[in-house]
Amino acid sequence: MEPLIYDLGANGRTGALLPKLDVPTSTMPDADLLRDELNLPEVSELQVVRHFTNLSHLNYAIDKGFYPLGSCTMKYNPRLNEDTARLAGFAHLHPLADSTGSQGALALMVHLQEWLGEISGFDAVSLAPAAGAQGELAGILMIRKYHLEHDGEKRTKILVPNSAHGTNPATVSMAGFEVVELPSDPNGNVDLAHLKQVCQEQRDSIAGMMITLPSTLGLFDSQIVEIIDPVHDAGGLMYMDGANMNALMGIVKPGKLGFDVMHYNLHKTFSTPHGGGGPGCGAVGVNARLKPYLPGPVAEVAEAEVDEPPLYRLAIPEKSIGRLKAFHGNFGMFVRAYTYIRINGEEGIKQVSRHAVLNANYIRVKLRDDYTVPYDRYCAHEFVLEGHWADVPNVHALDISKRLMDYGIHPPTNYFPLIVPEALLIEPTETESKQTLDGFIEAMKQIAKEAHENPTLLTEAPHTTATRRLDEILAAKQLVLCCAPALPSWNIEEKKAREASLA
Amino acid sequence: MATLQYPSHLWYQHSDEWLLVEGDQGTIGVSDYAQDALNDVVFVELPEVGDKFKKGTVFGTVESVKAAADLKMPVDGEVVAVNSELEATPETINAQPYTGGWIIKIKVTGAVEALMNADEYRAFCESR
Amino acid sequence: MSYIPHTDAERQQMLSAIGVTTIEDLFEAVPAGHRFPSLNLPEAMSEMEVMAELLAFAEANEHSQDFVTFRGAGAYHHFIPSVVNHIISRGEFYTAYTPYQPELSQGTLQVIYEYQSMMCALLGMEAANASHYDGATSLAESVTVALEVTRHKRNKIILSHSIHPQYREVVRTYHQGNPTLRFVGDRGRADIPDLIDMLDDNTAMLAIAYPNFFGQIDDLKHLADKAHAVGALLVMVVNPLAMGMLKSPGELGADIVVGEGQSLGIPMSYGGPYLGFFATRQQYVRKIAGRIVGETVDITGKRGFTMTLRPREQDIRREKATSNICTNQGLMSVATAVYLSVMGKAGMKQVASLNYHKAHYAAQQINQLDAYEVDMSKPFFNEFMVKCPASVQQINNQLLNEGIIGGIDLGEYYEHLRGVMLLAVTEMNTRDEIDGLVSALEQIAKE
Repeated sequence: MEPLIYDLGANGRTGALLPKLDVPTSTMPDADLLRDELNLPEVSELQVVRHFTNLSHLNYAIDKGFYPLGSCTMKYNPRLNEDTARLAGFAHLHPLADSTGSQGALALMVHLQEWLGEISGFDAVSLAPAAGAQGELAGILMIRKYHLEHDGEKRTKILVPNSAHGTNPATVSMAGFEVVELPSDPNGNVDLAHLKQVCQEQRDSIAGMMITLPSTLGLFDSQIVEIIDPVHDAGGLMYMDGANMNALMGIVKPGKLGFDVMHYNLHKTFSTPHGGGGPGCGAVGVNARLKPYLPGPVAEVAEAEVDEPPLYRLAIPEKSIGRLKAFHGNFGMFVRAYTYIRINGEEGIKQVSRHAVLNANYIRVKLRDDYTVPYDRYCAHEFVLEGHWADVPNVHALDISKRLMDYGIHPPTNYFPLIVPEALLIEPTETESKQTLDGFIEAMKQIAKEAHENPTLLTEAPHTTATRRLDEILAAKQLVLCCAPALPSWNIEEKKAREASLA
Repeated sequence: MATLQYPSHLWYQHSDEWLLVEGDQGTIGVSDYAQDALNDVVFVELPEVGDKFKKGTVFGTVESVKAAADLKMPVDGEVVAVNSELEATPETINAQPYTGGWIIKIKVTGAVEALMNADEYRAFCESR
Repeated sequence: MSYIPHTDAERQQMLSAIGVTTIEDLFEAVPAGHRFPSLNLPEAMSEMEVMAELLAFAEANEHSQDFVTFRGAGAYHHFIPSVVNHIISRGEFYTAYTPYQPELSQGTLQVIYEYQSMMCALLGMEAANASHYDGATSLAESVTVALEVTRHKRNKIILSHSIHPQYREVVRTYHQGNPTLRFVGDRGRADIPDLIDMLDDNTAMLAIAYPNFFGQIDDLKHLADKAHAVGALLVMVVNPLAMGMLKSPGELGADIVVGEGQSLGIPMSYGGPYLGFFATRQQYVRKIAGRIVGETVDITGKRGFTMTLRPREQDIRREKATSNICTNQGLMSVATAVYLSVMGKAGMKQVASLNYHKAHYAAQQINQLDAYEVDMSKPFFNEFMVKCPASVQQINNQLLNEGIIGGIDLGEYYEHLRGVMLLAVTEMNTRDEIDGLVSALEQIAKE
């Protein structure tokens, strides 16, 4: 167990090496504007390095092992991306640099916008949204603004399949719409008959539909065009959640299928790292109809003279839904995604989805005899299996997940999508070798065997990790979110009470 | 799973709240089925005394580690008391969903209608 | 070229196992007319070629390793201790996933807990979340919390005009789906007493900036009392580096503290990724969005950390979630945790002091030039306003010739501040650089 950084300190110890003041001092502000106490750690640089190094050893990571996490696309994060993002001309560029002083950055953005648009078949792209959820919000707000301009306020509903990622309905609510949940059919696809009925009965109030392609079950819905048509027919717009783009590059272009808007997750499909929870980038692509509403700013060509390289600038589209964050997006992630596309090129990008889908299907056929695979047909880049056997009722998906840890493998996504009981959603990605996949398959087969022969191995797993089955109920009840030494001293009573309860 | 209870003197609704009617006073909580589905309750968000709610509107929330359920009014009413003991011991809802785990007491201001009796609610739960 | 490890033999084995002849057979469900489109992308490049190209793009920018920088306005050229980059370059941190499986993520979880704690210490608050996308989105999320806390019975949000203009745009963009909300107070030049006059029992929150966008420190002594008297929340948008010196917002009575963490160990990087921090009082913690890490024990009684208060999040509450936030700025909070650890109590005090005194030295020197006038009407931290003899753009063009990036043109955001430059001075600016700026400004005025 690694102590807290606060536990390592000693009064008066310092780490940073700052310069002496080289100008005359000025009068300080009044004493009542100044603080007295500052409860920050007092540690040496070596202590900082050791502390964070030891903490890093407690983490699993792509660099250490396989992450078959469905809907997350845990592919290799290329080192080159990290080097290019750290180039001084990018890292030390002020966001409000003059346009003439940021032509390199702007050129990169323009090219990335173009390539993302090309990959998915969209006319225009904004890189501004900071993450997939922000991209979704942008997409739904664009749909909202479009309708307000064309149809007034009557369109109040967005259709969302019941298999959707939680951010989808959350986004719909944030944007002020009502969620209309659509059931799935026994094949795991959107129930087409129900959809058509809803589009007919509520045609005037439908603003649009959000759908993930392939679905969150990892299935290509062959009726996708038949899904899009009734929504368009009713006057609604189609939003595609692009989290699963890793199955579609060079396979199909959502923009050409008929989608009006889509978000990309650069931290999934385009190899920018997950960082333990971010940062990401949720760029959005749109067709011509929605282009004026893109969140700003976008990078564009300012002037293009013959025989001269073009001049670029940032601009807010004429009817933009507005700014979603300060400045213009997570530029550091643009550099990484650009690098990734550049090193892959057309041929490389085409091979990504083909191999992601190959890997997923390989695992699926190898595990279908040991686990129930509810939709046992060609899957896309991921597939679901049920982490449960009727003849071993007290073993659940959670237990299989915890037992996988003992095999040195991160569990797949648990309990998502909600429509499959005890779901385990498995996405290998294209950067994993056959050996790694075989290792995972072998582990899963072993675990299935253990479940039947010695279930406590699963229900009491993990056995070999440094911590085991952390108490989430206690965490939610005692709510210790800040260690005591950091708390402000004017909350002395609370601090004492907290220390007493932890004793 | 211990057998779930469905006391016969209560009214129930599809969103799993129960209502005890005594004259123009009402008591509201969540059913045994609900506490079992939620698992360990860690927090209850209560309304304030004096708040008025219409039937079907949300008056509070019950949270467990993995879920958060909105509490919906089974009837129009004005809150006259809240069970503040749930602040310290929210798990009472799991242990005693129909007695110690009551959530609010109200003055009933609307009609008591379109609710299920114990048999109907039990049948509903068993079909889920 | 593309990090795909499969050999021809392996591909064949896998295709046989699946029972198809080619990979393309796996895509039969994709509508035939749309299948396998051509991609008009450039050819693949080698690592060397890619690096050469990116280097060319990078060097086409006027950046702060080549130019002396006096530009702030929400993003600053600060000292980043070498340790920070080394730690966040560890693959165990940056290639790790979101810590949903706590047994495999105690590194990330403990770092976030420590980050939360250090932010509480810096801001004088009791709870902080793991991050929002940036300062602007943190402010936008505070509106959601204020509405929740006031039980959706109030719809007036008072914003000071001296909050970063882009932050106020973002707040409006975020909440455009709720047309009942009214954002007031920032279209004109209302100062603190004016904003206090706007408070009423329909106000959910009042937000100010500390120091404000102009670098100034307003008198906030009685603001919290006034806001609380009408049952409104006081939200402060703060410069966290200034908190190494100034009285903390918690001590001033703030209910929610938000702002931009870029100054705490994160490079400017042309606008992102940055770090939105969000801190509050314990009583509001269940209402806030974003990941939060809490302390707990495992099955053997050993201390550990886990994400908590998850029922608020999108994956559980779905349409009832307080926000749709999923991926946040994880690695940036690691960067800030390392920064605050290595700077520590003494370092933060010292860096704040360096900023303060250098900025004041610069301000005094510039104010002595006849052609320029520095606004000294209020105390300030490391940014100040300079009235210039020519357009700010013209002055900046000339400064560039001297290898200096000047401050931003406030006239772009505020009508009444045409011809006023916002200059920032940080610990990175040596006395020579400051003197160089002063003499350059003097020269420019003569022309």
